[in-house]
Amino acid sequence: MAEYSALQVIRNALGGNEHWKPLWRKPDPKPAYNVIIVGGGGHGLATAYYLASEHGIANVAVLEKGWLGSGNIGRNTTIVRSNYLLPENAAFYEHSMKMWETLSHELNYNVMFSQRGIINLFHTPAQEDEAARRGNAMLLNGVDARFVRPEELGKRMPALDLAGSSRLPVLGGLEQPRAGTARHDAVAWGYARAADRRGVDIIENCEVTGFIRDGTRVTGVNTTRGDIYARKIGVAVAGSTSRVLAMAGIDALPIESHVLQAFVTESVKPCLDCVVTYGGGHLYISQSDKGGLVFGGDIDGYNSYAQRGNLPIVEDVMSEVVELFPAFAKLRLLRSWGGVMDMSMDGSPIITAGPLPGMYLNAGWCYGGFKATPASGFCFAHTIATDEPHPLNAAFSLDRFYRGYVLDEKGQGATPWKH
Amino acid sequence: MIIPCPFCGPRDLAEFTYHGDAARAAARPAHGSTDQEAWDRHVYDRRNPAGSHAEIWQHAGGCRSHLRVVRDTRTHEITETTLYAPEVSQ
Repeated sequence: MAEYSALQVIRNALGGNEHWKPLWRKPDPKPAYNVIIVGGGGHGLATAYYLASEHGIANVAVLEKGWLGSGNIGRNTTIVRSNYLLPENAAFYEHSMKMWETLSHELNYNVMFSQRGIINLFHTPAQEDEAARRGNAMLLNGVDARFVRPEELGKRMPALDLAGSSRLPVLGGLEQPRAGTARHDAVAWGYARAADRRGVDIIENCEVTGFIRDGTRVTGVNTTRGDIYARKIGVAVAGSTSRVLAMAGIDALPIESHVLQAFVTESVKPCLDCVVTYGGGHLYISQSDKGGLVFGGDIDGYNSYAQRGNLPIVEDVMSEVVELFPAFAKLRLLRSWGGVMDMSMDGSPIITAGPLPGMYLNAGWCYGGFKATPASGFCFAHTIATDEPHPLNAAFSLDRFYRGYVLDEKGQGATPWKH
Repeated sequence: MIIPCPFCGPRDLAEFTYHGDAARAAARPAHGSTDQEAWDRHVYDRRNPAGSHAEIWQHAGGCRSHLRVVRDTRTHEITETTLYAPEVSQ
């Protein structure tokens, strides 16, 4: 019987809830492993889990410089979707969506995945055409999509301003009904627990300070808890990618680190039961199960490793919230925070073997890494275990930039602060 | 973030537009260059340092000058702001 079940909840409640076990062990690092994953975020933990469950490689260490969930896995706005235009991205994110649909059962841990739908609003006839194009591309790629007209929007979101008084009135929306949200911390904890049960060592407060080399090959890492050797080393450190790879002598990558802010209001009664995005600027907003409205907008737009942002974006995002939902102006903001994004030069990720022998790289998630967590771990584990990319991540190579195969959803070019 | 414009004094971030790494702009291949690798590196590769970063900002909402700003990417602290005029300094 699964360890977590309704019966266990009752049994532990009767025992005063004093007999729950910790979700993962706190092992000391061993001198050597088959695989080391640098970075104990969502992607690193998922990779370790799929190495153990899909490939039978359980002699794995996940090294985390802080505590689990301290990075972007605990800082995002929890949105899961697969409404992409390009076939490579659509296939990858749709695979991720299918993994989300069974993830709680797979991990025996409730990640609170809620398929409440995402609606991308449009405000001009040109945007409506673009939404139709994207919707048709999604349908052709086997992803669900439908148009939503203002009458339905008004019924589903009574707080939405449809009066036409705003500068960019809402003309309709493109919905992906299967999209939604998940509890971000639970994803980290669920993967950590499931990986730990399969023998993976999760080592917190263990910062990598250098790479051990044998010629060009990477054979281990220096850490704040001693040297650790491994046959293969995967790096999944999001906004810290350039810093970590610089320790291995890689001084330039198609990545810039930028700060993205997110916000949550005080809790209120249910008033918004889907994820909505604003087409007149950049805003995505949903209501958490706790009742707070969770939202974010653009990155701040300059290189940053500070996990905090500046006021112009705060003002910009708030003005967009009030434009769509005038009543939300009365809410008080509870918290705001920032995370460091690994913005790639085409807005699409990198999952590849290399750039050095013995090293594997998972990076460039821009600000869409959370929804990718299951498929990213699945594909990265495959790449590490077999030294070949899975068909789903074959296009996410590092050399695509130099071969003319960029995956630029917006056609924006190599200006990462605009992706 | 307040950026001290050498012409207008300390002004709010909202008045400025970001144009990225100043070292990258200085290392641009010559206009007539057909060196594919040099262009690949220039267009796609970034140093992305955590720490002191020389970068170009335009005071678009003020005097419209292009500025060279030295800023710490870990703290957002600005230590130097001068006119960005590479052709003048050369």
